Amino acid sequence: MSVALSAQDISRALTRISHEILEKNHGSSDITVLGIPTRGAHLAARIAAIMSSIEGKDIAHGTLDITLYRDDLRLRAPRAIMPTSIPPTGIQGRDVILIDDVLYSGRTIRAALDALGEVGRPRTVQLAVLVDRGHRQLPIRADFVGKNLPTSEKQSVRVSLTEIDSVDEVVIEGEAN
Amino acid sequence: MRHLLSINNLSAADAIGILDTATELARINDGQVKKLPTLRGRTIVNLFAEDSTRTRISFEAAAKRLSADVINFSAKGSSASKGESLKDTAQTLQAMGADAVVIRHSASGAAQRLADLEWMSGSVINAGDGTHEHPSQALLDAFTIRKHLGKGASDLKGLRIAIVGDVLHSRVARSNVLLLSMLGADVVLVAPPTLLPVGVESWPATISYDFDSVIPTVDAIMMLRVQQERMTDLFFPNSREYSRYFGLNSERMSAMAKHAIVMHPGPMNRGLEIAADVADSARSVIVEQVTNGVNVRMAILYVLLAGGPLEVGSN
Amino acid sequence: MSSQRFLLRGGQILGGKAADLLIADGLIAQISASISDKDATVIDLKGSIVLPGLVDLHTHLREPGREDSETVASASRAGAKGGFTALSAMANTSPVADTAGVVEQVYRLGQEAGFVDVFPIGAVTQGLHGEQLSEIGAMADSVARVRVFSDDGNCVFDPLVMRRALEYIKKFDGVIAQHAQEPRLTVGSQMNEGIVSSKLGLKGWPAIAEEAIIARDVLLADHVQSRLHICHVTTAGGVEIIRWAKARGIQVTAEVTPHHLLLTDDLASSYDPVFKVNPPLRTSNDVMALREALADGTIDIVATDHAPHTSETKDCEWAEASFGMIGLETALSIVNKTMVESGLMDWTAVADRISTAPARIGRYSNHGQNLTVGSAAHVTVINPTKSWVVDRDLVVSKSRNTPYHGYELPGLVTHTFFGGRATMIDSKVIDKVVQ
Repeated sequence: MSVALSAQDISRALTRISHEILEKNHGSSDITVLGIPTRGAHLAARIAAIMSSIEGKDIAHGTLDITLYRDDLRLRAPRAIMPTSIPPTGIQGRDVILIDDVLYSGRTIRAALDALGEVGRPRTVQLAVLVDRGHRQLPIRADFVGKNLPTSEKQSVRVSLTEIDSVDEVVIEGEAN
Repeated sequence: MRHLLSINNLSAADAIGILDTATELARINDGQVKKLPTLRGRTIVNLFAEDSTRTRISFEAAAKRLSADVINFSAKGSSASKGESLKDTAQTLQAMGADAVVIRHSASGAAQRLADLEWMSGSVINAGDGTHEHPSQALLDAFTIRKHLGKGASDLKGLRIAIVGDVLHSRVARSNVLLLSMLGADVVLVAPPTLLPVGVESWPATISYDFDSVIPTVDAIMMLRVQQERMTDLFFPNSREYSRYFGLNSERMSAMAKHAIVMHPGPMNRGLEIAADVADSARSVIVEQVTNGVNVRMAILYVLLAGGPLEVGSN
Repeated sequence: MSSQRFLLRGGQILGGKAADLLIADGLIAQISASISDKDATVIDLKGSIVLPGLVDLHTHLREPGREDSETVASASRAGAKGGFTALSAMANTSPVADTAGVVEQVYRLGQEAGFVDVFPIGAVTQGLHGEQLSEIGAMADSVARVRVFSDDGNCVFDPLVMRRALEYIKKFDGVIAQHAQEPRLTVGSQMNEGIVSSKLGLKGWPAIAEEAIIARDVLLADHVQSRLHICHVTTAGGVEIIRWAKARGIQVTAEVTPHHLLLTDDLASSYDPVFKVNPPLRTSNDVMALREALADGTIDIVATDHAPHTSETKDCEWAEASFGMIGLETALSIVNKTMVESGLMDWTAVADRISTAPARIGRYSNHGQNLTVGSAAHVTVINPTKSWVVDRDLVVSKSRNTPYHGYELPGLVTHTFFGGRATMIDSKVIDKVVQ
């Protein structure tokens, strides 16, 4: 087991991502930040707070649970549905920034796109992730990445956040081969 | 959990899980999303051997909102009529590829027979079997109570609920006594002595023949439907006497605690067990129970069908 | 009468001392410590119990009318499998056995089958309707020589009809066997009324429906000084009333079924109608009272109430299903389990309850001789050291509605002799050789 990102690494990555999002979108007026529960939602709250202190105004943010849109539900016992909360400004015609902790196969993001499609029609959908660990199974890519972590499929990536875990850190477990 | 035949199939955690899932689904349904892809490709059969438009439509709406295909099979009567036996019906449905059967039947135990005899391999959901149980009704009742009176708690601890009427013949009463007490509520059954079963003392509920003394002490009053036939079968002299002692009229309603709500599983006999103006009053959540029913039934279908069996050796 | 000779060696006669028993010319020729007979087929019965041929006072043979579930022949074979040498054919056939013609037909079918003596029971009332007395005299004087009269399936509910019936049978040395079930208290009833029925939503069958009729009828029997027999007693309250009646010298006898000595109403929780029976399974309190009563003789006999049903009438919802269980093939093992192994009775008492006493009540003079030398060779052998697992697919009866499928029962009936003919050897039924 090795620590890939420490608490400070995470903090710097989120700050950088927040700046990048604002830069690419020329400010925050049309942005809606949506985190994918569980840890994506906490990261989204942090990013929205950082962006808010940079811009000096509130950033529209919320959560988007994708459980009901997963394509792999039948492989496990039924999962609990997490809260979905779209801010009052909605997503119609806006730039939606999806936030998740780890990008891996890409299926979660595929489900998130389906979920968004039911809610409305954003102008753009962009993706920010804390960690990209490779091994995509679908043609999905992140626009903003905290850290690229090459891993083997035998390994697992564990993200801990102080909102629910005791520390902020990202850890890789298992042997590379 | 493959079947939902009785509240006894659920632990308190299971039941709360269903209520929480229903809460989330309600929020989604209140928003713009009216259809979810979660059960796409699944076939759900409504096997209703007893007339019931209300429950059948509720399950049908729930299934369709999850993108499942719904087949309605109305088999009037039981094996005694010259129709097909339950066994033959079940095997036909199995051959048609049903993933789940929602069954309503006039015989107590019919849902369990369908599940136990393995005439079919899908999930069996009891939508009311004779006078035995009606689990989805109890779950939507608990959901409604929690929503109005729960104060944010996940269970119903500390709440006191009266169930009033023909307990002897009520599957709604049996399921509710089991579920509400499991979730921590105190249940009091109010009925004439003729409409309480021998053995009711063993149930997790208290008994009273005196409606008026119970009314100010409870947080919710659930009225049960009283069938007209009960009079000819000597359960009480006439409807006038029944309403006088056990009917929820406006006078009794004004004796209720300020926050207390009025419930009814429907269909109502306006004027017999419940006065029209009580049914239409601000305290009545009867119409809302119907909406809650769809969300709760979606949650039940999700929990039973969305997941698969645990595969040994998968990641 | 069979011409074969059998030497049964070393079995415990009536559960007592081991001895040899010689069957010859259809009679019990000799019982003594060590017999030798060079012409006899020797059967080693060391460790087994030798009993008089079992006599069932309550059997449903279904013929005429419901041959899809059982016939006189198939029930006779099932009887042999269970160690029975006499069965009593209840009258609720189609047509009802309320005339000499029907009872003589049933009697002859039994003779033709040749496995047991079939004693037809005559209906008390025409068509079992409970209104007009049937031709009791004609049936008593017929070839079938009916002595037991019963509307079983139905209760003789009208007190005046019951009174007249009890009076009338005195001329014919008859006995009225009452199916005690007050109809007004059991409309649509499905199972015992109690805690279990309240939870299952199945309409209750209160104990009082049986007790009230027993109470009424023992008083009637006393008043008119006639013989009364209570079929399938199932309640502790019923037992108490019978005990009271016997203490007063009232001529009442009573029976209990094997299933009511073992099974209780919580089995209905599976909603499997194999446990649906009339009268219903009751509580463990009732089971204990019935066992004690059978041990002390308040209940005189065990009778099977063997009730075959076709599978479609049991393979359905509870409310739709027929009432009844088969029981001939498991009866003695159940009695062994509940009464002998529990220490409540010994085998001598078992012989009384399931052979001597039923023969006496039914006036079956050729049976219930309790293995006396010179009597007809009706002999049953059970090996109490062997247990067996009940398999409903292997029953001899035409119907498979046994509640014991999968149960392991202690005691295997291995041999049955009917009038000196071996109807079962090594637990296999022996069909008659067609000449």
